[in-house]
Amino acid sequence: MVQTDLIKDPHVLTGKLHWGVIPFHDPVVMPVMIAAILGGLFVVGFVTYKKLWGYLWDEWFTSVDHKKIGIMYCIVALIMLLRGFSDAILMRTHQALSTADEFGAGYLPPEHYDQIFTAHGVIMIFFVATPLMVGIMNVVMPLQIGARDVAFPFLNSLSFYLFLVGALLVNISLFVGEFAAVGWLAYTPLSGIDYSPGVGVDYWIWALQISGLGTTLTAVNFVATILKMRAPGMTLMKMPVFTWTTFCANGIALVIFPILTIAIAQLTLDRYFDFNFFTNDDGGNQMMWVNLIWAWGHPEVYFLVLPAFGMISEVTATFSRKRLFGYTSLVWATIVIMILSFLVWLHHFFTMGSGASVNAFFGIMTMIIGIPTGVKLYNWIFTMYKGRVELTASMWWVIAMLITFTIGGMTGVMLSIPANDFVLHNSMFVPAHFHNVIIGGAVYGYFAGFTYWFPKATGAKLNETLGKWSVALWFFGYFFAWLPLYYTGFDGMTRRLQYIDNPEWQMSMYIALIGVAMIAAGIGTQVVNIAWSLYKRNEPGYKDVTGDPWDGHTLEWFTASPPQFYNFGEEIQVSDRDPLLDMKQKGTAYKRPSKYGRIHMPKNTWAGPVLGMLTLPFGFGFVWHIWWMVFASLAAIIACWIKYNFERDKDYYVEVPEVERIEGEFLKSNEGREFYFEKHAKHYKKWNPSKENDSSVVAK
Amino acid sequence: MKKKLFQSTMVFSLALLLSGCELALFDSSGVTGKEIGDTILLTMGLMLIVVIPTIIMSIWIPYKYHESKKDEVYDPEWEHSSKIEFFAWGVPVVIIAVLAVITYITSYSLDPRKEIASDKEPLTIQVVAMDWKWLFLYPEEKIATVNEVAFPVDRPVEFLVTSQSTMNSLFIPKLGGQIYAMAGMENRMNLMATEVGEYRGISANYSGFGFAGMRFKAKVTSEEDYGKWIEGVRTSEQVLTDAEYDRLTEKTRDHKVEHFSSIDPLQFKNIIESFIGAQNGSN
Repeated sequence: MVQTDLIKDPHVLTGKLHWGVIPFHDPVVMPVMIAAILGGLFVVGFVTYKKLWGYLWDEWFTSVDHKKIGIMYCIVALIMLLRGFSDAILMRTHQALSTADEFGAGYLPPEHYDQIFTAHGVIMIFFVATPLMVGIMNVVMPLQIGARDVAFPFLNSLSFYLFLVGALLVNISLFVGEFAAVGWLAYTPLSGIDYSPGVGVDYWIWALQISGLGTTLTAVNFVATILKMRAPGMTLMKMPVFTWTTFCANGIALVIFPILTIAIAQLTLDRYFDFNFFTNDDGGNQMMWVNLIWAWGHPEVYFLVLPAFGMISEVTATFSRKRLFGYTSLVWATIVIMILSFLVWLHHFFTMGSGASVNAFFGIMTMIIGIPTGVKLYNWIFTMYKGRVELTASMWWVIAMLITFTIGGMTGVMLSIPANDFVLHNSMFVPAHFHNVIIGGAVYGYFAGFTYWFPKATGAKLNETLGKWSVALWFFGYFFAWLPLYYTGFDGMTRRLQYIDNPEWQMSMYIALIGVAMIAAGIGTQVVNIAWSLYKRNEPGYKDVTGDPWDGHTLEWFTASPPQFYNFGEEIQVSDRDPLLDMKQKGTAYKRPSKYGRIHMPKNTWAGPVLGMLTLPFGFGFVWHIWWMVFASLAAIIACWIKYNFERDKDYYVEVPEVERIEGEFLKSNEGREFYFEKHAKHYKKWNPSKENDSSVVAK
Repeated sequence: MKKKLFQSTMVFSLALLLSGCELALFDSSGVTGKEIGDTILLTMGLMLIVVIPTIIMSIWIPYKYHESKKDEVYDPEWEHSSKIEFFAWGVPVVIIAVLAVITYITSYSLDPRKEIASDKEPLTIQVVAMDWKWLFLYPEEKIATVNEVAFPVDRPVEFLVTSQSTMNSLFIPKLGGQIYAMAGMENRMNLMATEVGEYRGISANYSGFGFAGMRFKAKVTSEEDYGKWIEGVRTSEQVLTDAEYDRLTEKTRDHKVEHFSSIDPLQFKNIIESFIGAQNGSN
């Protein structure tokens, strides 16, 4: 395919680009490309017709508001979920069809199929799971700690655009040239220039390098925010668990993403400048790449799953109408997982031949992570114990997660035993396991959090019935899709097979297809749900009037939905782990403070989108060896950076009358509310020690 | 003794569940493969002891404390119990401790580099992963084959594994064990088959476009048939000259079986050393 008709000597203007790199002849890609172009034109036309460009630029693209940036992250993540899931559908249908005939049936040639499984992995990890999580963190975390914004609002905007450029590069590769066909972690020497001479790996390199830089900056930003910007009185051990997990996850990212950056930089030198870090000969060492990429790659999955644990904790506590059980345990379990996550990477290649002692060490370290993870599961279960569990859609996600994740944990420990790994390694058991924990642990957690905080970000609740349908479809769909593949893994089927020559696996492949169809229906239901709920956003049952639809315990519910652009009208004094519940019980919540002060806010800036988007021609130029484009965009980036740094007009004040007006409206929406604990006063013995009190007593 | 009993009950009950279907990993025809299969079942069984109650709890507790059950205990301020915390940490610690012991023991006993005890002399077979086929060299017999390997039953086989190109993994699922094939390096894997038969041999590490077709036949034969097979290979007109080797390094897919009646005894060493400086720090 494209790899074979590369231009050997890049043209000075167009580099390696020529008409042959656009897959006009491809019956799968071409319709997608036409649809994408038409869809893109329609969106551009619609926005122009409605004269929305100015609004989008002023209110969204240049925004440094963490809530808006968070929403943009989530939108891109959901679009990329559709792309990544299409890849999954292609893979499963292709493999199922390929069982029908012994040699190379199915409808995708290996040059295409191998790109699909690579793209699927890259997209799902970097451009779906990561942004969905960062998006939710962005919206929620500053609110939870009572801050006005993140520590570095401009950096936050820049991070988003760097991530967006990564996602764009992956999508451009679909239409211009090709994507990597080397597996999502691009093992050397296969990903080296000798074995992958095409531009696919270069797209991989620049998509990950640029978006990885964004993730590093996000980590810096969030760690600084949590350490420096908590509301007075919120000590570390009074932080909500979601903030704790965000903190630990970004702590992990801060350590590991530089490893990825350096490893990719070395691979870049290998591919572009004939270095020999990871080549077969001239002293290169392919095992070094495998070690580096997993030293990043394994902690990366904890980076993804820890915030999901945090979301599960918040949702469970709220809907069990109870305080979180074992807060201290949960926090320490999070910290232990964070530290241990750095010490287990070798379990991805027990079969490389490190020997028994090394394997035993890493195997045991890996299973030790099972301990704090088990503790977390028990703590969530005991949070529901003696509670009044409300089975909302978010709680359905939680329970789906508890069940699925427990099974995934079990198969994970099975894989952590080196002896087992010698037959299970790289079999279908492995994808079945990590989908079990990433879908069952991280993604269900995100969806629980997404459903829970959706009204906070948008002002409208999601439809409960549709929400529960999507949980059910995902939950059963997962087991239909992956239990058969656990099974074929036990029968010695490896992953990444472009065709299957063993007819005995045909039935398993067909059952898996049913699962894929169910998950597709689950995703479809979610998309419909979001669209429907936003359409109905002003109707009762959907509209979140008070900003506190679930009668929550933590500070993010102490603002309107969507929140005032400055988050909180007053500085909040925290004295409890559940600060909002504490304020509600003391009667200080939603009361006009004695006086408002003026609020210092950052101004929106052009620099985030412009600087960020300039990395797109930079990366694209590198991919196609168009050197003038690389140097021009680099020069433009430096020039813009300098210009931005000399700008003085970066902040402003919201004056008191303005604050009073907005806060007045917000407080009015909360007048006369009766809180959950007031209705169940007799159960709150600490708040309401006299047992004779009936539910009509309200602390004033 | 007690452990053995426990082990066998666990293995037995799970075997009922799984091995009825004759899955390659649980119906192994290799010495190590059998033990690994048992280890998988044992560890899975041990974990099910905690996994099943956990799953039941995560369904039963929200059911029991559902908001509709107004008469059920409701204690919204209850957030700590040392007794429960003790079990929440204790149960995982105990189960992981047991599994860690199993891990430690099996890491050594089932290490593919460990020689398999037998009164027979081990047979050495050198393996080269190529794009996209497997080359097997028999240094003692001075023959070579592509995508087909044969060895006698009940005799230990030592595979010395390297690669001519990308990283692959040599794996015969029915016999157990796999090991990476990497250029410029030699890896070792020991196997011993207990049953005569023809088994699927595969690469278990993605290595490029021809990966799915990178399969070989692993023929386990009687000592007598093995001799006949060797003689058969020797009748081949092909000889593994440098030119022939260069032909094999070309990228091919679904490569057919080939036999070579003669090889250079230093072929394997030369292949590894052609990648300068990568092995053992030598330059």
